[in-house]
Amino acid sequence: MTRGERAVAIAAPISIVLLWQIAVSTRFLNPGLFPPPSEIAANFVAYAQSGELATNTAWTLGRLIIGCLIGGVPGTLIGLAMGMNRWVRAYFQPVIALLYPIPKIAILPLLYFIFGTGEQAKWAAVAVGVFFLMAINTEAGVRQIEPIYLDVARAYRIRPASFYFRVLLPGALPNIYAGIKLSIGIAIVLAVASEFQLTRVGLGFAIFNAQQLLDVDRLYAALVAVSLLGCILTYGLDLTERWAIPWRRARK
Amino acid sequence: MASISVEHLFKRYPSGTLALSDVNLDIGEGEFVAVVGPSGCGKSTLLRIMAELDTPTEGRIVTEGGAGRKGGLPSAVVFQEQSLFPWMRVGENVAFAFDSLGLPKSEVRRRVDKELALVGLANFANAYPHELSGGMKQRAAVARAFAVDPPVLYMDEPFGALDEQTRVGLANELMSLWERTRKTVVFITHGIEEAVTLADRVVVLSAHPGTVKAIIPIDFPRPRDAVALRGEPKFGEYVVRIWDLLR
Repeated sequence: MTRGERAVAIAAPISIVLLWQIAVSTRFLNPGLFPPPSEIAANFVAYAQSGELATNTAWTLGRLIIGCLIGGVPGTLIGLAMGMNRWVRAYFQPVIALLYPIPKIAILPLLYFIFGTGEQAKWAAVAVGVFFLMAINTEAGVRQIEPIYLDVARAYRIRPASFYFRVLLPGALPNIYAGIKLSIGIAIVLAVASEFQLTRVGLGFAIFNAQQLLDVDRLYAALVAVSLLGCILTYGLDLTERWAIPWRRARK
Repeated sequence: MASISVEHLFKRYPSGTLALSDVNLDIGEGEFVAVVGPSGCGKSTLLRIMAELDTPTEGRIVTEGGAGRKGGLPSAVVFQEQSLFPWMRVGENVAFAFDSLGLPKSEVRRRVDKELALVGLANFANAYPHELSGGMKQRAAVARAFAVDPPVLYMDEPFGALDEQTRVGLANELMSLWERTRKTVVFITHGIEEAVTLADRVVVLSAHPGTVKAIIPIDFPRPRDAVALRGEPKFGEYVVRIWDLLR
């Protein structure tokens, strides 16, 4: 990003917050439904000071990370195998094509039936969403690896384990990273949605509970927390990408 | 050391095109053979089949004495394109060639360092390939091939993408590496002068379908110098003769 681009990137959210503030103070927006940003900020600070923010964010983040690992690791491994072996691909491709389009939110009730009221159902919800994204993106990543690298591996008689983890995995890493970024987005949606029921902690619970109590202030505070959580995770990933894929720096 | 016999080799692509038709070729132990031919004559296909990266439709390749030495691979390939793994440092790339050999780390390290030093890349073991010039990348690829000490070395237009000056320099470096080790080398190129400079014999392929048109022994003493050789009257004669065969 150039300095100018960075300035625009910082100015963008500020300008929208200002417009909002003006729209509310001129009564263009109903402050009952759209409290002015100054009030949302004050509420958010109060929410943070009460300790509720930290507790709820920690629960949501924990469910998100555990679900991402449970779904992401097998998704990546199956994606590697699909990219490399046409029989594995022939088997999994139709299965994924059938299951992937099902809205993951729609299977939440089923997951509650299967896993009960504990944490497992929430992990499973996140894992299912992440699994498909990782499998699809990793497979695409393996298939776009330059054939020359496969020739080199063959010519030098590279062992299967080294081939998977030192050729295919790093070769597919740029696409895997794209998959992780998409996964974080869907994982937040699913983690929050899974908290609407059968739990008393988490940002999703906070949002659902605030709606039931008609507490618009707390509803906004929790939404701001979800937004910040997603934003921090996305930018954090961008930073680790530079560290994890150092050979890509030169190409950009 | 190894000798190689190519016997009645045919290759038909799935599309139906006959790429190679009845190719026969005997390559002696420790011989440096260059293969030239018009583009599309199947010379790269021939090398890929010899290196077991592709299978023939008919015919066979018999290699005698081609088993790898202890701590070495039976053969190695230097490719035309950028073939170093971009995600590995130069030293890791060379060391990766030892993957199947199960040697102690210290020995791999010693041999990697030695080979990189021989091609003048001793200070670049920790660099990533994208930090190297085209000529340096090909040097590293040559080092990788020599490091695993194969009796047979296959080279598929290894210097084809480089500028003329770098090519001539690398030809000299390759010859001095080869003179120390006397591996059996099959060198594919579209550069006629490069072939005459390097090879003991130049195999001329004709196109559509690819088949051996002539085999020209190159009668220069070794060690050779790629630049001085160009001043020899016989050098020009060889080049013109091969040009005529390709017309």
